[in-house]
Amino acid sequence: MNDKRFAISDAGIDELIGGLLRVGVVVSSLIVLIGGGLYLKRHGTELPNYHMFYGEPSELRSVLGIVKEALSFSGRGIIQFGLLLLIATPVMRVAFAVVAFMIQRDRIYVGVTLIVLSVLLFSLAGGGR
Amino acid sequence: MDIALFSCLTFLGSTTAGFLGALTGLGGGVVIVPLLALVFGLDIRYAIGASLVLVIATSSGAAAAYVKEGFSNIRLGMFLEMATTFGAFLGAALAGMISTRIIAVIFGLVLLYSAFLSARGHRTGVTEDTPDFLANSLHLDAAYPGSQGLVPYHVHAVPTGFSLMFLAGTLSGLLGIGSRAVKVLAMDQAMHVPFKVSTTTSNFMIGVTAAASAGVYLNQGYIDPGLAMPVMLGVVLGSFLGSRVLVSSRTRLLRIIFAGVILILGFEMVYNGITGRL
Repeated sequence: MNDKRFAISDAGIDELIGGLLRVGVVVSSLIVLIGGGLYLKRHGTELPNYHMFYGEPSELRSVLGIVKEALSFSGRGIIQFGLLLLIATPVMRVAFAVVAFMIQRDRIYVGVTLIVLSVLLFSLAGGGR
Repeated sequence: MDIALFSCLTFLGSTTAGFLGALTGLGGGVVIVPLLALVFGLDIRYAIGASLVLVIATSSGAAAAYVKEGFSNIRLGMFLEMATTFGAFLGAALAGMISTRIIAVIFGLVLLYSAFLSARGHRTGVTEDTPDFLANSLHLDAAYPGSQGLVPYHVHAVPTGFSLMFLAGTLSGLLGIGSRAVKVLAMDQAMHVPFKVSTTTSNFMIGVTAAASAGVYLNQGYIDPGLAMPVMLGVVLGSFLGSRVLVSSRTRLLRIIFAGVILILGFEMVYNGITGRL
């Protein structure tokens, strides 16, 4: 096995992925900030109600519902969309790793990362309901 | 207290937690849930939903700085993530079935354990140089940059480490935390991975593990945008500030104080869980 070549390409991919994660955190924080501003402006004087658990309304529980809510400029919908983007950053990272291991023709780790990616996508798609 | 004031207080609390978490390397997740549940009196399910969001934010934020240093072992991380993501999925599903009192007690016990670990400080594991067959065939052995070039190391006890990671993932999904303490224990103590490698690799794994529970939490309605908003923004700001502060000799004292706070919170969580107040 040519360890040197692997090490160099690993480092290049790492740097790319590190940048991706940072962009993910910054962009999702900004979206949450915008949504939070709208939410506080519209509901800031109401009373918080978290002492009893009711769970979120169904439109804030699924990927499609959240996108729809965000597009209708609901403050809570925009925040939830930002959170969804934040959750997606580590998923993207694993997806990148699949491609990276494919380029390196490392069959074992293409398999390993595909298994991890499937669990993540299954969870996001509502498999845990 | 209206939503505006509540958001301000939660934001301030989260900024402090993120700041101390980054400074001490313990992460902010362990203090946010007790803060929200014990101090603000929130239902623990809303608290763990918001906490999970901040775990992803701190992991991804810190990873950007970590990857440049070249310490993290991507293959080891990915391999162990098979255990943590399955565990996290299971833990998150369990959180919806178990009574909040039991969740509070387990949370308290994890806090007590984390306090013990951080007060004790880091101990260097026994360094063996013999390669391990399983680790070798899975290409888990690697090298990290030392002061005199690359330092190669061997990974050991793969099945033990894998099982501990499954436990770490389950706790993470059940409690909405990063379970950094169990992850570092598995890599550091069981698998004999060098300390720098185990901390950076576990940070990389924490975000992926949390993402596996996040989907379940979202579908079960645990993630409330109005609550997650001040928590996430506060922790992102706090950990950014924390990472800017120069590490000085005071960190040791700070670690002990932070461990003391975690210890008290741990007892409170166990007590309130048993008496049924959470």
